[in-house]
Amino acid sequence: MRSLDRKLLRDLWSLKTQVVSIALVIACGIGGFIGSLSTHSSLLWSRQNYYDTARFAHVFATAKRAPASLEAKLREIPGVAEAETRVVRDAQLSLPGVVPPMIARLIGVDFQYLPGMNRLTLKTGRWPAPGAKGEVAVNQRFLEARGLKLGQQMRVLLNGKLERLRLVGTALSPEYIYATRGGGMPDDEWFAALWIEEQALAAAFNMEGAFNSVLLRLQHGASSEAAAAALDRLLEPYGGFGAIGRTDQLSNKIVTQEINQQKIFGIVLPAIFLVVAAFILNVVLHRQVNAQRGEIAALKALGYPDRDIAVHYLKFASVIVLLGVALGTWLGQWLGGAMTGLYTEVFHFPEFHYRLEPWLVLTGAGAALAAAAGGALAAIRGILRLRAAEAMRAPAPAAFRPLFIERLGYASLLTSSQRMIMRNLERKPVRAAITVVGIAGSVAIVIGGTFWADAIEWFMDVQFNRVQRAQVSVGFAEPVPRAALWQLERLPGVKQAEVTRAIPVRLRAGHRSYRTGITGLADGAQLQRILDADLRQARLVPGAMLLTTRLAEQLAVSPGDLVQAELLEGKRVKAAVRVGGTVDEMAGMNAWMRLEDLNRLAREGEVVSGAGLLVDRAAEPALLERLKNVPAAAVVIVQRTLVDTFRETSARNVLFFTAVLSVFAATIAVGVVYNNARIQLAERAWELASLRVLGFTRAEVSVLLLGELGLEIAAAIPLGFVAGYWLAALFIALMPSDVIAFPLMIFPATYVLAGAVVAAAGVASALIVRNRIDNLDLVGVLKTRE
Amino acid sequence: MSGPVFQARALTKTYRMGEAKVHALRGVDLEIRAGEFIVLLGPSGSGKSTLLNILGGLDTPTTGDVRFLEHPLAGADEAELTRYRREHVGFVFQFYNLIPSLTARENVALVTDIAAAPMPAHEALDWVGLGARLDHFPSQLSGGEQQRVAIARAIAKRPQVLLCDEPTGALDYETGKLVLEVIAKINLELGTTALVITHNAAISGMADRVLRLGNGKIVGEEKPPRKLTPAEISW
Repeated sequence: MRSLDRKLLRDLWSLKTQVVSIALVIACGIGGFIGSLSTHSSLLWSRQNYYDTARFAHVFATAKRAPASLEAKLREIPGVAEAETRVVRDAQLSLPGVVPPMIARLIGVDFQYLPGMNRLTLKTGRWPAPGAKGEVAVNQRFLEARGLKLGQQMRVLLNGKLERLRLVGTALSPEYIYATRGGGMPDDEWFAALWIEEQALAAAFNMEGAFNSVLLRLQHGASSEAAAAALDRLLEPYGGFGAIGRTDQLSNKIVTQEINQQKIFGIVLPAIFLVVAAFILNVVLHRQVNAQRGEIAALKALGYPDRDIAVHYLKFASVIVLLGVALGTWLGQWLGGAMTGLYTEVFHFPEFHYRLEPWLVLTGAGAALAAAAGGALAAIRGILRLRAAEAMRAPAPAAFRPLFIERLGYASLLTSSQRMIMRNLERKPVRAAITVVGIAGSVAIVIGGTFWADAIEWFMDVQFNRVQRAQVSVGFAEPVPRAALWQLERLPGVKQAEVTRAIPVRLRAGHRSYRTGITGLADGAQLQRILDADLRQARLVPGAMLLTTRLAEQLAVSPGDLVQAELLEGKRVKAAVRVGGTVDEMAGMNAWMRLEDLNRLAREGEVVSGAGLLVDRAAEPALLERLKNVPAAAVVIVQRTLVDTFRETSARNVLFFTAVLSVFAATIAVGVVYNNARIQLAERAWELASLRVLGFTRAEVSVLLLGELGLEIAAAIPLGFVAGYWLAALFIALMPSDVIAFPLMIFPATYVLAGAVVAAAGVASALIVRNRIDNLDLVGVLKTRE
Repeated sequence: MSGPVFQARALTKTYRMGEAKVHALRGVDLEIRAGEFIVLLGPSGSGKSTLLNILGGLDTPTTGDVRFLEHPLAGADEAELTRYRREHVGFVFQFYNLIPSLTARENVALVTDIAAAPMPAHEALDWVGLGARLDHFPSQLSGGEQQRVAIARAIAKRPQVLLCDEPTGALDYETGKLVLEVIAKINLELGTTALVITHNAAISGMADRVLRLGNGKIVGEEKPPRKLTPAEISW
C-alpha cells in the first residue's frame, strides 16, 4: 500500500464519527431516492404487467339499456380491436351483523367462457357454476377486510327484490386495483365487486338481450378520444353516460396519481438531502485540508505533484460517499419494501414484485459523488495554489474587528463570552450561514413530510363537518318526486332531510370538455354546502352554474361565459348554461345549480335523485335497517364509515412517512450540528484550552463553543418554519389535484414537532462534543503554536 | 520575604507516551517563598515544564506532595484545580495564547471578569506599557506587544504567583528584554512570586534563586551574588 493511502486510512479512522455522520446524511438522500423511485418503478411495472396480462380495456362506457344487436356496430368503430358488452348494476348489500349498508357492484359474467377483457384472476374457491342460482365471486380484499369465509351468505336488493347470494370464490380484477364506492378513498370494507352469472343478473334487472356497460380494446396507436367519441354517438340513443378513456377510469386514475406522488417524493426530498450532504462534506474537507496545510506543503516539497494530492483528498471524499451509498442502498431497499407493503394493502395486484433497478443505485451514487467531488475540489484548490514554503508557515492570525453593534457604541452590552461568540459568527458568516441553512433544511423536511396529517385532518373536518353535513346519504335508483322528502322525514330517527338532484353531464367549452355531474341544491340547503378553501360559502346564481375553480380552469371558462351542457340522463338535453361563478373547493370537479333551475334545464318536473339526512345517533341502526328495505334507495352511504376507512388507511401511511422523515431530518440535523461543532472544536481547541488554563471552567468554555451553535440553531428553526411552509406549498403544487386538492394547512403542533426534533438532535450532538471539550489537552496547547 | 508559597516533597511524574514510559520528574523537593524570583534552567526533557505545570495546577504529580499555601494540589480534582488557577495563578506562555477574536483590553477583561479583586483592564495594560493600544486585536499587534498583553492578562487578577514558560522564546532580543523588564517590575513592585522557565542562561542574573533541573531532578541551586536588572543583562 502506498504511504499516501495509509495516511488516508488513518485520517478516516481518526475522524470516524464525522465520517459516519456525513455518510448517514448521504445514506438518507440515497435511501429516499432509491426507496421512492424503486417503489415508483415497482408500482409502474406491476400495473403495466397486470394491465397487459389481464388485457385491461382502453375505453369504458355505460348506458341505460342498449340492445345486444348494437355489439356488431361497436366492433366497427375505427381503431377498435375488440369490444365486449355486459350488465353492471350497483345495489345495496347487507351482511348479518353489519348495520350500515354496503354497496355491491354486480358484474354479469359468462362463467363458461369468462371475459376476454379485464380478465379476472381467481384467488380462492371457484367460479360460480354456470346456471347455478345465487352464486357469486367477490373481490379478494372485501372478503379479507370483512373477515368473511367462502360459503358466506349475503343479501342484495336486486331491483327492489331481496336476493340471497352465496360466496363461492374470490377474484382480482384490473378494474378494481383500487376499490372504492366513488370517492378518492379506499373502501374495501364497504364496497364489494360481485361477479355473478350474467343471465341471472340480466333477468333481475330486465336486461335480457341488452347491455349497459361497454369495454373496448384499441388497435395499437389508435386514439382513445376518437373511439370514445364514436362510442358516445352509438350509445346516445340508449342513454349513454359518456365514454371515458383509461386515464379517467377511477381505479386507474387513483393508482396513477399515487404512482406520480412517489416520483415527486423520490426526487424533491432526496435532492434536498444530497445538497445538504454536499454542504457538510465541503465544510469538513475544507477544514481537513486546512488542518493538513503543513503536511500538504511537505508532500509538495517532497515532489508530489498537485494532481496526486488532489486525488488523495478526492479519495477521502469518495470513501465517505461510497459508505453513504452502501448504507443508502440498503436503506432504500428496506424503505421501498416497506412502502410497497403499504401499497399492497390498498392496491390489489395479482403479482406485486418489488424491483430495485441498478440504474437507480448508479444514478444516486453518481449524484452523491459529483456533489462530494465538487466540495472537495473547492477545498483543495486554495491549498494547491500556495507555494510549498508558504504552506509550511502557520497561517497568519485570524483578523477580527469590532462587531457592528460595538461600532455603533453599544459595546458595554456584551460580556467577553458573548463578544467572542458574536465575533466568530461575524467573521465566518458563510460558514454560519451554511450551518443555519443545513439546520433549517432539516426543520423544513420534518414539516414537509408531516404536514400531510394536518392537511388531511383539515380536509376531513371541512369536508365532513362543514360541506357534506349529512350523516346518511341516500341515492335513488331513478329520480323520484320531490314529495318523497316528506316520507324520508317520517323515517325513524331522521331529524332533518334535504333533497338533491344530480345529473351526469358532459360540459363543453370550445374544444375542451369534461365529464362530471351537475348537482342541484334546494335553496337554503344546510346539509350540503358549497364552501371555498377559506370556508366562505358560495352563493348560487339563479339560472346559472357554479363551477369548481379547477373545473373552470380545465374548461378555460370564467364567470359570464357560456358552457355547453350535455345532460347524459333523461331527455338528454343539450343547452348552453351561463357560468355564474367559480368556487375554490377542496374536493371534486363539481358543477352546482339551484334545484329548480336544474330540473327546468332537464325539462323534468319537481324530481330529486338523492337526499341527505341528519339522524339521531341512537335511532341510526333502526333507520339503516329500514332503508335496506326501501326499494327506491339504491345507494345508502353512512358518512361515518367513509371517514373511518379514510382515517385508518391514511393514518397508517402518514405515520410511516412522518416517522421516516423525522428520522431522516434528525440525521441531517445531527450531521450538520455535530460536524460543525467538531470542526469548530478542532479550530479553536487551542483557544479554548488557553481559557481553561486561565481558570475558565469546563462549563464556561463549553458555552463559548456551544453558545455559537445554540445561536445558529435558534436562528435556523424559525427560518426552517418558513422553508417548511414553502416546501409544503411546493408539494401541494406538485401533487395532482383533480380528485382532492389538499389544502396547505400546517397546524402549530407540526411546527413544534419539527422544531423539537431538530433541537433534540442539536442537543444530542452538543453533548457528544461537550465530552470532548471536557477532555481538552491543557498542557499540550501551551507547547504548540496554533 | 515571608513564609513558603509552594512546598513540594518527593514529586514524581510518569507519562505514558504510547508504549514508552517517560519519567518526567524523579523526586523533586522544593520550597518557594513569597515574592521570590525563581529561574528554572535545564535542557529539554529535564522536567522544568512538568514542574511548572504541576505548580500551576495544570497537571497533578504521580506521587509526592505539593501544596500552595494551605491548598493541597497533589490530590485536587479538576474543579479544585480550575478554581486554584482562576484565583491565584497568572500564566505567561511562549506563544502568548491570546484569543484572536478579542481586543487587548478584552483579553485582559476575560480574566478580570472572573477574578475576585482584579485591577481594571486598562491599568494592567498600562503596567505593561500598552495603555495606548487597548482596542487593538492580536492580529494588529507585534509579537512583543502580544506577549505584553498576555502578561497584563496574567497580572490583572493580582495573582500570588506568575508562572512564565519561555516568555521570550518567540521574541527578538529587544522585545525579549522589554518583556523581562515587565516581569521584573511586577515581581518587584507587586511582590508577585515569579517562576520563569528559560533556555536562556543570561536571564538567571535577574533571579533571586536559580534552580537547575536535569533528568527529572533538581541538580543545582544558585543564588546570584547580586540581582541584576534586565537592562544589565545581555545575550
